[in-house]
Amino acid sequence: MMNATRRQTPSQTVGPFFHDTLVSEGGNILVEDATRGERIRIFGSVLDGDGVPVPDALLEIWQPDARGLYPHTSDPRAEEADEAFRGFGRAATDDDGLYWFETIKPGGPAPEAGAGQAPFVSVRVFARGLLIHAVTRIYFEDETNDADPVLSRLDPEGRTSLLARREEGGPHAHYRFDVILQGPNETVFFDV
Amino acid sequence: MEPSNDESSSDRSLDWTVHPPYLHPPYASTVTRAPRRRLVPLPECLASVTGPAFGAGDVDALDDDLTRNAVRTGEPLGERIIVIGRVLDGAGRPVPNALLEVWQANSAGRYIHGHDQHDAPLDPNFTGTGRCLTDADGAYRFTTIRPGAYPWRNHENAWRPSHIHFSVCGRNFLERLVTQMYFPGDPLLVLDPIYNSVPDERAKQRLLAAYDHGVTRPEWALGYRFDIVVAGGRRTPFEDYHR
Repeated sequence: MMNATRRQTPSQTVGPFFHDTLVSEGGNILVEDATRGERIRIFGSVLDGDGVPVPDALLEIWQPDARGLYPHTSDPRAEEADEAFRGFGRAATDDDGLYWFETIKPGGPAPEAGAGQAPFVSVRVFARGLLIHAVTRIYFEDETNDADPVLSRLDPEGRTSLLARREEGGPHAHYRFDVILQGPNETVFFDV
Repeated sequence: MEPSNDESSSDRSLDWTVHPPYLHPPYASTVTRAPRRRLVPLPECLASVTGPAFGAGDVDALDDDLTRNAVRTGEPLGERIIVIGRVLDGAGRPVPNALLEVWQANSAGRYIHGHDQHDAPLDPNFTGTGRCLTDADGAYRFTTIRPGAYPWRNHENAWRPSHIHFSVCGRNFLERLVTQMYFPGDPLLVLDPIYNSVPDERAKQRLLAAYDHGVTRPEWALGYRFDIVVAGGRRTPFEDYHR
């Protein structure tokens, strides 16, 4: 073996001053005119254990296109992926702890990935006070989630914490997804 | 919360013997922000072995030179330094085309950020923000100014040791790390709750840049080396992913 196994570099908090570097105008808008799929807005609050909005959090999302394809060499169907959709976005929370993304409803995983998998958006949360990012997923309450193998392993409260709620408003569907970092309604976070 | 030392933890991408726990009370902001429930193990899946691809379109020519990318009236003040290193995965393989983004205080210990209240001068020629891509060997290089120490209100007379924030986006969702690079011999390190949140002494050492005289340029700048090892690498990136 040519390369020795290397121990990981420890994570450290993103701190409060990341905006000028990590946040760019339009970084939370994943769609362009040519993007295929249903336009949606995902929005919500990031809240701490006291229910106080977190004004200095950063959310990163990663999702497949409207047919469930990722533009990445590890996806065997990558060549068919929508060229007008990168699937990656960043949004900082504002002074009221609110964030939003304009994106498309993701397609579900391919059937051969396992029965019943529901579509989802992968999320990473960074903030002052988080020494390492927190990983979660956004599922959609109006999809068929009952047989999803990840959701099925969670208790009812945990499952609820991952379901974005559809709200009507504006020309597109709006989905509310709050990230609750701590407390009785704490969002489910994953060890990936 | 406590690291997830359940039966499957060895199969997880993140090495919890290395990374800080979410809850570390000496760092006061963790007390109300740290998740407390046990993390739920997530099997490897297509969403975790894929990720956005980065390339030349994501960086500009001067992005890797913080001594030149914000010049308005002249050169920024402070001690010029060169930071080089490599981004590797857990198997020691280079991670090419990783997007590195850095941010830091200026030589006086002041961030350009609008919320920074520290009574130290801004430098009109320094924003303290940069980015670059790793090359085929996983190597990167920044030129910048050594950041000053920075006071914060975590506890009485609290000062952060000089540090540069690093954000690393590798080839997939798992190869993602945000960390901070510190300088060897800084007397503030032993007092810093963020640095000392790392549970393992040898892991802490990996957050220190090494002075490297071979990188130092005569009559120009001191050189430091800072290698970064990201999570992931449970499979080779070239292995077919069978869903």
